[in-house]
Amino acid sequence: MSSADTAASRSRAAAPPRGGFAARAPSPRALLGLLLPLALALGYEIAFRLGLVEARLLPPPSRVFATLAELARSGDLLTHASATLARVFAGFVFGAVAAILLGALTGSSALARRLLDPTLQALRAVPSLAWVPLFIMWFGIFETSKVTLIAVGVFFPVYLGVMGAIASVDRKIVEVGRVFRLDRVALARRILLPAILPDVVIALRSGLGLGFMFVVAAEIMGASEGLGYLLLDGQQLGKAAQIVAALIAFAVLGKICDGLLAAAARPFLRWQDSFARAGGEG
Amino acid sequence: MLRLSGLSKTYPNGTQALADVTLDVPQGEIVAFVGGSGCGKTTMLRLIAGLEQASKGRVELDGETLTAPHPAVGVIFQEPRLLPWLTVAQNIGFGLSALSRAEREARVEEALLRVGLAGYGGRWPRELSGGQAQRVAIVRALVARPKVLLLDEPFSALDAFTRASLHEHLIGLWEAHKPTLLLVTHDVEEAVTLADRVIVLQPKPGRIFAEPTLDLTRPRDKVGHDFADAKRRILAALDGSLQAPSPTRPREEIAGAWW
Ligand SMILES: Nc1ncnc2c1ncn2[C@@H]1O[C@H](COP(=O)(O)OP(=O)(O)O)[C@@H](O)[C@H]1O
Ligand SMILES: [Mg+2]
Repeated sequence: MSSADTAASRSRAAAPPRGGFAARAPSPRALLGLLLPLALALGYEIAFRLGLVEARLLPPPSRVFATLAELARSGDLLTHASATLARVFAGFVFGAVAAILLGALTGSSALARRLLDPTLQALRAVPSLAWVPLFIMWFGIFETSKVTLIAVGVFFPVYLGVMGAIASVDRKIVEVGRVFRLDRVALARRILLPAILPDVVIALRSGLGLGFMFVVAAEIMGASEGLGYLLLDGQQLGKAAQIVAALIAFAVLGKICDGLLAAAARPFLRWQDSFARAGGEG
Repeated sequence: MLRLSGLSKTYPNGTQALADVTLDVPQGEIVAFVGGSGCGKTTMLRLIAGLEQASKGRVELDGETLTAPHPAVGVIFQEPRLLPWLTVAQNIGFGLSALSRAEREARVEEALLRVGLAGYGGRWPRELSGGQAQRVAIVRALVARPKVLLLDEPFSALDAFTRASLHEHLIGLWEAHKPTLLLVTHDVEEAVTLADRVIVLQPKPGRIFAEPTLDLTRPRDKVGHDFADAKRRILAALDGSLQAPSPTRPREEIAGAWW
């Protein structure tokens, strides 16, 4: 930005670290959250070793990790995970870009909102999975219909978030821009964009979450690769360990993608209150 | 010279907020406007700032008619309105994008020093107290060296102690470049402390009621008789402004409220 950045960073460097921001390593308190799942896993493992549970329906952690390790060693995990990731990525990009453009339009122009928003809201009322038969008819059963479904899933939360963020920008702050005689472009860049960014990031993150939800649906409906395919394959062959392994892969992948998105936005959101930041990082 | 001639504003909903305000303010003068709420003080400042368009009359600064925000006119609102995503230094430098980086930084540093906020440049607005934030807002408007500075009840949200210290900061800043200050306040003491002239407005529609004389020297002796007398004169005028009968209502307003 064009303001006195270096002066700012100089004095910031001298200032003591603030908030929960300086330490990126997990704190002991954050590790507390691992206690319950670890205890459950360990308890289940022991119960299994003692012969107290039936392993066919829910395999013990050791077997799940053996399956995961085998999938990783053979390269299958990478193949399936990257197929899933590629779909989510493509769907997310298409859905989010369309949503940001349309949300910006309806958020900033009352005319556009009256014109477009009712239609979009009506489309939103259709449960996204209900589109599947039509998409398959239109685009076939391969990548296009899957990516389209994911894009639709991503679209609505992002659209609503962007539109709401723009519509609710504080008029008083916009007035500051007017007093300093910013033109439309400068107003958008120096006032509107930074003002809506926190809400847009939240919207993108929930959109990404829905992207992962819909990739499962898309892959379960028929795919030759992808983590969703692993799920289905495990079910058909009765390999519970493979299903759980795929679930774990989904969770890890989703968490990593969300973390990357949050990390990419973090430098721009340093100014927010620390409690908001803690909430935003989930 | 700032000249308001026949300045009037009727809002689209029919409210006549300001009627026929005519006033000349020589460069460098501090004018305080006092009056009950709803007598058009904010409207008047917004017209001068170019944030609203006059229905009738006009605002001229050194012969130039003002209709839109002007580089020579700075505004300080009732709330600091700092941009929360910029540091204090970046907020102060916000209107200085035309200057070179070095010059901008020098001005920002100097401004921070002047209002006792040296070393605060890297803070976020949320890390400031209300009084500190308002000081930043004041220097943000002043670093651009405006000829006219408009202040709309800038201290009303602050406690008495902070307010008194901001009065000193404001006068100190004013002395550096002597901009014209138009200060809206509902605090008579504040008006007498800061202003060269105090103008009492009356409501419905907002217009000038009286301009009591002050007869005071700077720096103000707040415990002296002259100060107390000036305050009394203004309070008396304020009383009168609230009791004065309204003139016949303008046609627009009657039309808007025929029911
Ligand atoms: N944007 C607006 N639209 C319609 N009426 C307004 C608007 N702003 C102010 N008014 C009306 O104009 C009158 C003067 O308001 P204002 O200038 O805010 O007075 P003050 O600042 O002295 O309290 C009030 O009756 C108020 O209700
Ligand atoms: Mg007001």
